[in-house]
Amino acid sequence: MNAAQPVEPPEPDDPVHDAVLAATLWLGNPVHFGGMLLRGASPARDALLEALVAASEAAGLPVRRLPAHIDDERLLGGIDLAASLAAGKPITTRGLIEEARGGLLVASMAERLDERIAGKLAQALDEEQAGLILLDDGAGEDERAPVSLAERCAFHCDLAASRARKVAALEAPPDARAVLSLDDDALKAIAATAGALGIRSIRALLFAGEAALAHAALAGREGAVRIDLEAAARLVLAPRATQMPPPPEDEQSESEQPPEPPAPDSSDPSSDSDTKNTDGKLEDRMVEAATAAIPADLLAQLAAGNAPRRAQGGGTGRRRKGGRRGKPLNARPGIPRGGTRLALIDTLRAAVPWQKVRAFNAGDEATGPERPEPSAPLRVRKDDLRVRRFEEKAMRVTIFAVDASGSAAAARLAEAKGAIEMLLAQAYVYRSEVALVAFRRESAEVLLPPTRSLTRARRALADLPGGGGTPLAIGLDTALGVARQVLAKGHTPSLVVLTDGRANIGADGQPGRKQAGEDAQAAASRVAREGIDALVIDISARPGPEGAALAEAMRARYLALPRGDAQALHRAVAPNARQKVQT
Amino acid sequence: MARFPFSAIVGQDEMKQALLIAAVDPRIGGVMVFGDRGTGKSTAARALAALLPPIPAIQGCAYNCSKEDQARYPDVCGDGPVRKQSVPFVDLPLGATEDRVLGALDIERALRSGEKAFEPGLLAKAHRGFLYIDEINLLEDHLVDLLLDVAASGENVVEREGLSVRHPARFVLIGSGNPEEGELRPQLLDRFGLSVEVTTPMEVDTRVEIMRRCAAQERDSANFAKSWADEEDAILKRIARGKARLEKLEPGEDLLMDAAMLCLAVGADGLRGELTLMRAARAFAALEGARSVKREHLVAVAPSALRHRLRRDVLDETGSTARITRALDELFE
Repeated sequence: MNAAQPVEPPEPDDPVHDAVLAATLWLGNPVHFGGMLLRGASPARDALLEALVAASEAAGLPVRRLPAHIDDERLLGGIDLAASLAAGKPITTRGLIEEARGGLLVASMAERLDERIAGKLAQALDEEQAGLILLDDGAGEDERAPVSLAERCAFHCDLAASRARKVAALEAPPDARAVLSLDDDALKAIAATAGALGIRSIRALLFAGEAALAHAALAGREGAVRIDLEAAARLVLAPRATQMPPPPEDEQSESEQPPEPPAPDSSDPSSDSDTKNTDGKLEDRMVEAATAAIPADLLAQLAAGNAPRRAQGGGTGRRRKGGRRGKPLNARPGIPRGGTRLALIDTLRAAVPWQKVRAFNAGDEATGPERPEPSAPLRVRKDDLRVRRFEEKAMRVTIFAVDASGSAAAARLAEAKGAIEMLLAQAYVYRSEVALVAFRRESAEVLLPPTRSLTRARRALADLPGGGGTPLAIGLDTALGVARQVLAKGHTPSLVVLTDGRANIGADGQPGRKQAGEDAQAAASRVAREGIDALVIDISARPGPEGAALAEAMRARYLALPRGDAQALHRAVAPNARQKVQT
Repeated sequence: MARFPFSAIVGQDEMKQALLIAAVDPRIGGVMVFGDRGTGKSTAARALAALLPPIPAIQGCAYNCSKEDQARYPDVCGDGPVRKQSVPFVDLPLGATEDRVLGALDIERALRSGEKAFEPGLLAKAHRGFLYIDEINLLEDHLVDLLLDVAASGENVVEREGLSVRHPARFVLIGSGNPEEGELRPQLLDRFGLSVEVTTPMEVDTRVEIMRRCAAQERDSANFAKSWADEEDAILKRIARGKARLEKLEPGEDLLMDAAMLCLAVGADGLRGELTLMRAARAFAALEGARSVKREHLVAVAPSALRHRLRRDVLDETGSTARITRALDELFE
């Protein structure tokens, strides 16, 4: 696309081309397309942002920056307490969303955007109040802009790899409403492409359709043709892919990027005659275009079979990480001392209704019942003081370390699984979280990071295979790692180890019963040193001394599992879990 | 922004049925919708609110009170004339504070005139309408508790900051959420009347139809609304007829037996399951224009009414819906 004219022309496959195209389409109707997600800090992104802001300002649209830690008052507007008190009359402020009505909101560091802010922004986007630019500087899969917002942004562009330094001025495209609506073939092709890429959301389909129309309008066409749909697939569908499309039948089709769509001024006549279904099926071409545009890291992940979980967006992940510091209770009257903090707003709230009366009383003595000066100090009395209260409830995270080795699996793995699920169901009642570590063969794996989702836990458990050696030391160390993470978040871990205690794989992954036993003892004492509450459940068919010795080293309680069903195991563990939660 | 017509929503029959039941009998206690993003959950809820005929309410009353409310709560409504206004639809944002939801001291009036006045919150706004909460599973627990309390009692009682206010708050609570992102506590879940599971349609034809309708609505919402006016009208008539019929319908003894047996068979905890099941069956029968509540009505609403109340049996991997269907087959076929 030659709208971009950098000093050093970027490579033809530089992602900035598509980003510029997306930005141009978006400018045509920023509110309707919801937003743009620009990922990766790079000079290209800054340049593009600058161009976007310049173009909107030129069009007379308001542009506002949204800091990641904005408060509700500023976002939604309301009474400006400080100004009101100073002026002695209510002074309202307009919220940022209101200020940006019809224009752009630029959210920097979107990956750190608070979930509650995201909720309100999502609502504003749904009501088409403003367009949103999410600048996502997140590194890695864990740091993502809130899913609720990403979902509502039509265009996602990853500019981390872009080498471009400058972006030419953007121009708003012509109104897409002049273009005819998409015909059935086009709609079908979009739906099929989304299906092939594993995109479930209907919103993505709608955005893709709109993008194709806008692209056609940009080129001055009256209806959308193949390249418009390809552009839509590339810009809207590709970044949302959750699976690799099935391989196309003809392998010799070029894997290169599809031809860059021509800019309005240089649209060559051939593209207009380029009607649908000329070469291959429309959706195949679209899938191809989308596949070519899927970012490389995502592609690798998809190929490896681990699709990014739809449900694990930044929003929810961060919330779990952020933890709950107990729910804030109503402020109550009191004097701030001994660690309690003054609840300023509540104090002011308590004082405010009395200001007139107090001013009157005070005035009576001095200058008479005059209206108090606007600059009169706020009359706060001792009764007004409020202190903050929090309900402390440190989250309890129960980490299950499950021995899935051959010896254990043969006997009791299924029972252990059942008991864990029961405990998990109970964990909801007490609002605690559960993590799952399994060890077998030469390694241990965190199957489930701390979560409260029964759905995910059940899946992780069901998929847990059994067999192989017993790397007890590695398993304990992995569980200890999880426990340390939990501690770092301010939560309280407790460890439940289900094993037969018969370690035969050492800490270095080498077989050898003696070394393995020593390593396991060492790992157990590390757990003890950390002071983590632990419980060893011996799941061997005939409980031997190993389990008890392990518990001893871990300073853990020891339970030899009675031969029975999951209910029995549940009975054995449940009072323990309950008591822990209540402490 | 023009609302999407309710009848134009493609598929999602169970969700539509549950919403209609709630519209006929708001005492059903709210609808919980489980499902992925972008499946039209909020579209459907909004569409239903927009579809319902305007309600007569006291003008200037912050609580959309009716004449009857005015008699019960004379001090909150004022005595303005009755005017028609559209059914309220309140979208509760995730980060809403307790103040914002319940209502709090009106700082503006406190500052201006030194008056201790109550500023109604979102619950007041939602009275006689719908309160929609997206991602309710992410909402703070104490807020969910509070909402369900008010939803069940139909009255919001605020005792804080030296304020003492009671005002009516009867609304249909619609929650939505994705169980993969953390579940709702079973106690809370149990208090929802109905629950439905929505999935994204994956058939190309359905998806094409959705896109076609959305595009048509986008392009010319007035015309689109007009082309669906007949269907919308039919639904309105169904709701109105259902409401009128509801009081006359009384489930018979045998149906109560059926309900009790079904609840026992699937292992639904508590009595709320049976009560909701009966109530939903009655509302559904009314909606269908039936003369009496029959077993078929019970069967039609059973999954929605019971799905979220089943005790989790960890050794049984079958989903809740399948368990209910199985029990229905065994009992009634």
